[in-house]
Amino acid sequence: MTEKIDTMLYLDGVSVAFDGFKAINKLSIIVHPAEMLAIIGPNGAGKTTMMDIITGKTRPDDGEILFNGRTDLTQLDEAAIANLGIGRKFQKPTVFESQTIWDNLEMALRKPRGIFATLFYASDQADVDHITEILETVRLLSRKDDLAADLSHGQKQWLEIGMLLAQDPKLLLVDEPVAGMTDAETVETAKLLKQIAKTRSVVVVEHDMSFVRDLDSRVTCLAEGSVLAEGSLEQVSANPHVIERYLGR
Amino acid sequence: MITQAIFRAIDRKAIWLVSILLLVAVAVPAANLIIPPGQFGHIPVYLVTLFGKYLTYAMLALALDLVWGYCGILSLGHGAFFALGGYAMGMYLMRQVGDRGVYANPDLPDFMVFLNWQELPWYWLGFDNFWFACAMVMLVPGTLAFIFGFLAFRSRVTGVYLSIMTQAMTYALLLAFFRNDMGFGGNNGLTDFKEILGASVQADTTRAALFAATAVGLAISVLICSTIVNSKLGKVMIAVRDAESRTRFLGYRVEYVKLFAFTVSAVIAGVAGALYVPQIGIINPGEFAPANSIEVVIWTAVGGRGTIIGPIIGAVLVNVGKSYFTGAFPEIWLFALGALFVVTTLFLPKGIVGLIGQYRTMTTRREQHQRPEPTEHKPASDVQPKPAE
Ligand SMILES: Nc1ncnc2c1ncn2[C@@H]1O[C@H](COP(=O)(O)OP(=O)(O)OP(=O)(O)O)[C@@H](O)[C@H]1O
Ligand SMILES: [Mg+2]
Repeated sequence: MTEKIDTMLYLDGVSVAFDGFKAINKLSIIVHPAEMLAIIGPNGAGKTTMMDIITGKTRPDDGEILFNGRTDLTQLDEAAIANLGIGRKFQKPTVFESQTIWDNLEMALRKPRGIFATLFYASDQADVDHITEILETVRLLSRKDDLAADLSHGQKQWLEIGMLLAQDPKLLLVDEPVAGMTDAETVETAKLLKQIAKTRSVVVVEHDMSFVRDLDSRVTCLAEGSVLAEGSLEQVSANPHVIERYLGR
Repeated sequence: MITQAIFRAIDRKAIWLVSILLLVAVAVPAANLIIPPGQFGHIPVYLVTLFGKYLTYAMLALALDLVWGYCGILSLGHGAFFALGGYAMGMYLMRQVGDRGVYANPDLPDFMVFLNWQELPWYWLGFDNFWFACAMVMLVPGTLAFIFGFLAFRSRVTGVYLSIMTQAMTYALLLAFFRNDMGFGGNNGLTDFKEILGASVQADTTRAALFAATAVGLAISVLICSTIVNSKLGKVMIAVRDAESRTRFLGYRVEYVKLFAFTVSAVIAGVAGALYVPQIGIINPGEFAPANSIEVVIWTAVGGRGTIIGPIIGAVLVNVGKSYFTGAFPEIWLFALGALFVVTTLFLPKGIVGLIGQYRTMTTRREQHQRPEPTEHKPASDVQPKPAE
């Protein structure tokens, strides 16, 4: 058994109910530093709700959630949790549509978030270089002055991944990153996430099995708000419960 | 650091606007005082005061735009901050009346003598000092906005609920200021002013000076607002407007962003009210009427929210229209105003300024189409930007 203190994310016995419906039921998950965890599971399994709970959007009814082995996330709000170093990409890509791609990244860039620090912020060369580098990574450099609203669905996914990179978090929660991407882009995304997972913890939720295979990480299958199976993709996809409840359908 | 932020804000548009306002601040008083009546170019004093009033409205609309157009907070109570600033200035002007009132009481304003009050209430102390009054002009609306905003934004009251709360706030103040025992002149408000800084409020020179002060005040407000909206904080404000929850997940404290915008906006509105009162010569509880605050929203929408110049254009044009209509066809003014709002909402979501902007993007897009497409590498699924809707 791993010590709590050595984990990046520690969920133990977490439950949440919406009007009596248990969306998350005694969920326990551990993510280590510099580790990737892929989460699969049928629609409505509670994958997104789990991310809502970790990032402070939804309060759990019960259970323990620790970040970095110490910080109790159940007591903090969204901004405080984000500033601890937890970044999130949403299932429906959410970028600031009326602003340029550059400005989207500049806002995400890890800098003091206070009112006056933000008011008097002036970008230095290091910031410009950093944003440019991220734009190259997510292949949006040529679009940097366009409005985010003008991007295709897949490009918005890339932009949101870029915003995650700019935030420089310790833990990334990535909800369905490759929806709307071509096969080639999906392969690129897997490479990028694996690269990121060398130094940070990454939790990826995805239905695309070939993408999950590319990630080549530990896999957890959720169903009805709890863990159905854990292990390598081979082990999980051979599990009869998983086949019955998810893959076989 | 601060100078950097201001320099960044001084883009071409802001320079133009500020220069025009400063020019107006000099030219209009000059045309009144230097060019003799009857000669070409003379502006009669009643027009100077009327334009001065429009400019205070423009300042109020600009203040509203900072919270509504940029931060997505539809305040239906901004008239309250304007009126509070107006009352603070009115209190100074009342104290300047001294023993020249009807009852010739050197300390108490007439309405207090009438109510048989023996001494000045504590909250009137200090208002004989102009600078103290100026501080209160900013502090009172600013503090109210801060407390109101702190409570509302921290509990995440948004959208129509927040609008209703702001409307309730101004209505509550309306009722309070109507009461005689509040000590602000009740129904009649504060009026019959004599002097400001030792100069007669009726004198042409004073009126010209008040006009100049208003134009300069508006220019300063433009500088403050464009510094804010062109900073990174301004981008975060727009982010809050468009996707509030997403902004939180980036680690920004949305409630503080809103609180900052709301408080700065209330201070600007208060200063506008303080410039309004000596020019109009009266402040009464009617200024707190919910309908007044709603009119400000209409000016801003008509001019174009989310821009600096839009609310200024909107406030001036709508009020010029109002002055004309209420003179020529008083009974249809409210219908005309309502129709204007409906037309703007349906056909000009970005107001007059948006219309000009739309025309400009149409022409630049045409130019872009004539240029060859850039040939750099793009991902396979790359689609061209959607044409303008
Ligand atoms: N705020 C809420 N109020 C009520 N029910 C909710 C709420 N959020 C989620 N649910 C319910 O909880 C269940 C889990 O939803 P969730 O979005 O977490 O599923 P998911 O595993 O992410 O599914 P998908 O693969 O389709 O994205 C669903 O039945 C959903 O309707
Ligand atoms: Mg989901």
